[in-house]
Amino acid sequence: MPGFAPAPQSPASPDWAAIRQDFPILNQQIHGHPLVYLDNAATSQKPRSVLDALRKYYEFDNANVHRGIHELSNRATAAYEAARTRAAVFFNARTPDEIIFTRGTTEGVNLVARSWGEKFIGKGDGILITEMEHHSNLVPWQMLAAKTGARLHFLPVQGDGGLLDLSRLEEQLSGVKLLALTHISNSLGTVNPVAEICALARKHGVTTLVDAAQSAGHRPVDVQEIGCDFLVASSHKMCGPTGFGMLYGRGEILEQTPPFHGGGEMIVTVSYESSTWKSGAHKFEAGTPDMSGAVGFHAAMDYLDQIGRERIARHDQQLGEYAYEQLSGLSGIRLFGPALGRAGLVSFLLPDVHAHDLVMLADQRGVALRGGHHCNQPLMHKLGVESTARASFYFYNTTSEIDTLVEVLKDIRKFFAD
Amino acid sequence: MFDELSDLYQQVILDHCKKPRNFHELPGATVFAQGHNPLCGDQLKLYLRLEGDVIQEASFVGSGCCISKASASLLTDSVKGHTRAEVQAMFDKVHELVTTGKLNGDVGKLAVFAGVYRFPARVKCAILAWHALTAALKGEAAQPVSTETDNPQPGA
Repeated sequence: MPGFAPAPQSPASPDWAAIRQDFPILNQQIHGHPLVYLDNAATSQKPRSVLDALRKYYEFDNANVHRGIHELSNRATAAYEAARTRAAVFFNARTPDEIIFTRGTTEGVNLVARSWGEKFIGKGDGILITEMEHHSNLVPWQMLAAKTGARLHFLPVQGDGGLLDLSRLEEQLSGVKLLALTHISNSLGTVNPVAEICALARKHGVTTLVDAAQSAGHRPVDVQEIGCDFLVASSHKMCGPTGFGMLYGRGEILEQTPPFHGGGEMIVTVSYESSTWKSGAHKFEAGTPDMSGAVGFHAAMDYLDQIGRERIARHDQQLGEYAYEQLSGLSGIRLFGPALGRAGLVSFLLPDVHAHDLVMLADQRGVALRGGHHCNQPLMHKLGVESTARASFYFYNTTSEIDTLVEVLKDIRKFFAD
Repeated sequence: MFDELSDLYQQVILDHCKKPRNFHELPGATVFAQGHNPLCGDQLKLYLRLEGDVIQEASFVGSGCCISKASASLLTDSVKGHTRAEVQAMFDKVHELVTTGKLNGDVGKLAVFAGVYRFPARVKCAILAWHALTAALKGEAAQPVSTETDNPQPGA
């Protein structure tokens, strides 16, 4: 796609300290301590370039998209469609028509479950997911199964180490119509071998959906390399605005998939009795879309590619492994997920300290963590815990922030010690 | 170390969460109730032994954060020897205390929860055991008492 090649990366290793300065929000005190933001798996912070793009859109270019005749509408339409083309390059789709804009990962999964699922999944068909799915990649399939009489099956997670047990994958794929799984677990930090799994699924004629919510902004995500039929992601976890996301659908499969919502923008002709609709991505985008979201998402993808996603992935993994190693020095701590090859997040439990108390005390020292079930209630139940505390990193985090986390955790233990 | 939170984690609360009182099942219980906070996963089982209208014994088991554990512990200490009506009045006072910080009358040791209202996220932790208690006394304890409204979907 000419004109939309990713920005060239500077050859030298990036200056992470300078990059951190791109994020105005990080430069503040919380309860008298410098903010240590370690809740990136929930949402990332936004660089100035994204904030500027949003402001510029509303100050100069805002109008409703498509079918406009006036200059601003033309600009808004061009900006919105440029974001789609940018996303196609970012995720290496074959054409921009394979990129549907959504409100986020959750809406993407629901779109597939409702539009594709209700047409192609029938009574007795298997839907295979994993035991580590976020509720957003579990509940829509439960609803689809309840509606169609399909059966829901699970690829098991092997204990606290958090790896998928793929030993029976081939067997488990039998009778299955759809395999939906996460690329990176939001509660374990496990990185699943999605390309290998999708290849095997394809061999068995199984349609695949990959949840890239935790990976899209953290490492290269190439839909052709992964070989999936659908892939979903959220802008807000990858430096972009909230309430925006994308669904990749392989061209052939989108053609066979009926619309999701009906309304303006998705139609060609409408009579009182019936309508015809557009082809490609527009068929799935009824109503006025989130134009500013698209513009911000575009700026976020540009920003991530300027740093380089391979570099971000290496930095992430280094922070994840450093945190895992430092935290494992705390006696009695229970760590979840693999020790090596992990994503940049660590879930843990301190003996005799409830995650809720831990997160509240850490906040008093400026450290933002998350405590709870992380939208993984069945997984927590399987692991025999009610909740965990989680520290999740992004490229603007530093090892010294992880050292601060460890010091704060030591103090929290003292606070609750007998 | 965490001085700003001393209003919430008062010494008495820390003491009761580290060493909860009456923390066991009660074989002779005449009333039983469960409390559940699905958002944090807190689970608690409350046992009461009544003779006539008077609570003779109270105990609990379960898991939860420091505030919910201390609240259950102090509850079991406080309700012993009281009638249903007295306990209902106690609940009303505790509820007002943890949601508004206002102390209306005497609640004894339970006054340590006066700081909770400043931390809205923790009100549910402090009140969970009390909701379980009042449900139990009203004989509504067949289903666990939840901090969240539940609408189970058929087949979901």
